[in-house]
Amino acid sequence: MSVVFDEKINRARGDGRLQLAIYDATARLMDKRKHALEGDNLPDFQELRDCANALKKQTIDNLDHYLEQFEANVIAHAGKVVFCKDATDVSDFILKLAKERGARLIVKSKSMTTEEIDLNERLEHHNLEAVETDLGEYIIQLAHERPYHIVAPAMHKTRYQVADLFEEKLGVPNETVIEKQTMIARGVLREKFLAADIGISGANFLIADSGAVVLVENEGNARLSTSAPKIHIAVAGIEKLIPRAQDLAVFLKLLGRSATGQPLTVYTSFLSGPRRGEEIDGPGEFYVVLLDNGRTKLLEDSGKRESLYCIRCGACLNHCPVYRKIGGHSFPWVYSGPIGAIITPQFMGLNHEPGLPFASSLCGACAEVCPVKIDIPRVLLELRADVTAAKEREGQGGLERMAFRAYAWLMRHPKLFEIAGRLASVLAPASSSGWLRGVPAIMNIPPVRAWLSQRDLPAPPHQSFRQQWRTRVPRINSR
Amino acid sequence: MAKRVSLFVSCIVDQVFPNVGLAMADVLERAGFDVGFPEAQTCCGQPAFNSGYREEARQVALHFLDVFSKSENVVVPSGSCTAMITHHFAELFSNDQLNLARVHALESRVYEFSRFLLDVAKVEDVGARLDDVVTYHDSCHALRELKIKQGPRRLLSHVRGLELREMDAAEECCGFGGTFSVKFAEVSGGMARTKIDSIVRTGARTVVSIDSSCLMQIQGAISRAGLSVRTLHLAEVLASR
Repeated sequence: MSVVFDEKINRARGDGRLQLAIYDATARLMDKRKHALEGDNLPDFQELRDCANALKKQTIDNLDHYLEQFEANVIAHAGKVVFCKDATDVSDFILKLAKERGARLIVKSKSMTTEEIDLNERLEHHNLEAVETDLGEYIIQLAHERPYHIVAPAMHKTRYQVADLFEEKLGVPNETVIEKQTMIARGVLREKFLAADIGISGANFLIADSGAVVLVENEGNARLSTSAPKIHIAVAGIEKLIPRAQDLAVFLKLLGRSATGQPLTVYTSFLSGPRRGEEIDGPGEFYVVLLDNGRTKLLEDSGKRESLYCIRCGACLNHCPVYRKIGGHSFPWVYSGPIGAIITPQFMGLNHEPGLPFASSLCGACAEVCPVKIDIPRVLLELRADVTAAKEREGQGGLERMAFRAYAWLMRHPKLFEIAGRLASVLAPASSSGWLRGVPAIMNIPPVRAWLSQRDLPAPPHQSFRQQWRTRVPRINSR
Repeated sequence: MAKRVSLFVSCIVDQVFPNVGLAMADVLERAGFDVGFPEAQTCCGQPAFNSGYREEARQVALHFLDVFSKSENVVVPSGSCTAMITHHFAELFSNDQLNLARVHALESRVYEFSRFLLDVAKVEDVGARLDDVVTYHDSCHALRELKIKQGPRRLLSHVRGLELREMDAAEECCGFGGTFSVKFAEVSGGMARTKIDSIVRTGARTVVSIDSSCLMQIQGAISRAGLSVRTLHLAEVLASR
């Protein structure tokens, strides 16, 4: 693990207020999800998960086909599809368009994909103002921070912190009542919506058979962002495709419930093409930017390809005991939690943070709740093997490799394994409780020290099981 | 003639918690089985597998196959080691048809201890007595890979004098996770302390599980915190009289 990763984790762990905020927020989301799936609320939940997994597999395995179909249908609705290989491609396209149209102000609805490519920073660099209109995103934009959570970007901020932030950045009185804070943001953002030249959204789903972009949200800001300005640009990863509109019957049932425990979010928008002749609102121009940014690399790897099935519900974050301890900002990229742990190394390369796939107890809570059944622990295990192989190629991690080679050798030599065990029981100090708080210098190797930094260590027994077994008298059936 | 079973006690029970293996043997013998312990056994290879050392894991897995290929049924006092054998050995040998066939031939005969009692031995009441208030910790691999949830509770429900009090976070990981416990020691320790808070809230005096590695983590943190709660493996509870 890198020093930076370690420091971020320590900072999060050392902040008592933050710990409480993460724990409470994730607990609330878990409770809501649980309630939404209880009893008769969604009796076919497991079947729907199987279905969603099969649909995503079908899509990702045949992505080229669905991409072409989607593009053809967007064009048929008078929209345009722009394929971009990376962040620069996306910002170049938007900057060029903005320049041609004389656009200065952009409103944005929440999108992890644009976070992934630092779009706001890139646009600001060219004097284009891009304003986040989702309340949580707006808060973190004002604070110059990254989203803390895939669906709850400002989860880590208390209302008191938001009050201070609004006071400082907006010059308003310090207001700690959440409803009133919302009204403050609403007042500012309303003006932006009315003045904006371009609206940028993400996409929850892209429907191949109709060329539609589907957005789910609770605040209405995505609907405004995509209908008030003259131009709408949806930026989405190529994996957001689903084959048919009717497949939403599966995905929409799963997404809201998994994310926030809602049977359906407040707004679900289906956007296909610009405003048509007889329509009274909607944008005059409609673009779908399809982003690769490393995704096609995953397509080549059938073992880990399922990482692209993700619908970004955030349930794996809420249920992850590690995320709940270290929080979103400890993760090395915008995607945090278990899904971040499997896609970051694949999108950004193993060296981005080699320790990341190891930051898991492999408890499997993530896979248990994943609505599209991504086997996250299995992918983590594969990534761990990739990391150790990469380290070997680069001549790193020699000590650990030696230790595991020694382990493997010892485990094939039972007699020596037994002797090694006896040695430990000779070396270890006696303890009346059977648990040790410290060990002699010779045993005080780093892993033992790390263990003892948190917990006591069991004292080795006087005799191992195998030693005791040799003198044991079998019990005859004495029931 | 009594049916024969082989114990795979796991490296941690062999070297650190021998009483668990002895208790398991007691319970199985009382249930009418002829219990054997193939002495060449060591480990299932999971430490290497989970750390990304697949070749090393394969070597240990091969040793396991050599030792147990001739065994009738193999009983394991651990959900985690059982899952390694029944769910991950096949992954290790996916490109090695010969050994893959050996894995498939063996994996259906490898049972986690509580599952063996219920599904093969068909006993729920092993005649145990333990005057105690206990809470049960669902170990992750038993729960999520082997789908073991009610079985151990059913076995506990027949123990005379025993009261089971469920904790609110029964299914939450204890934070052990093998090398995770030392690579991310503070996070792992934090998870253990969260678990212990949930245990303490039940007022139970004893935590029971079917995995000794979880219990090492939980007991280690309990001991550090100076609490008087103890941990017992299910086999130890069922061997009590």
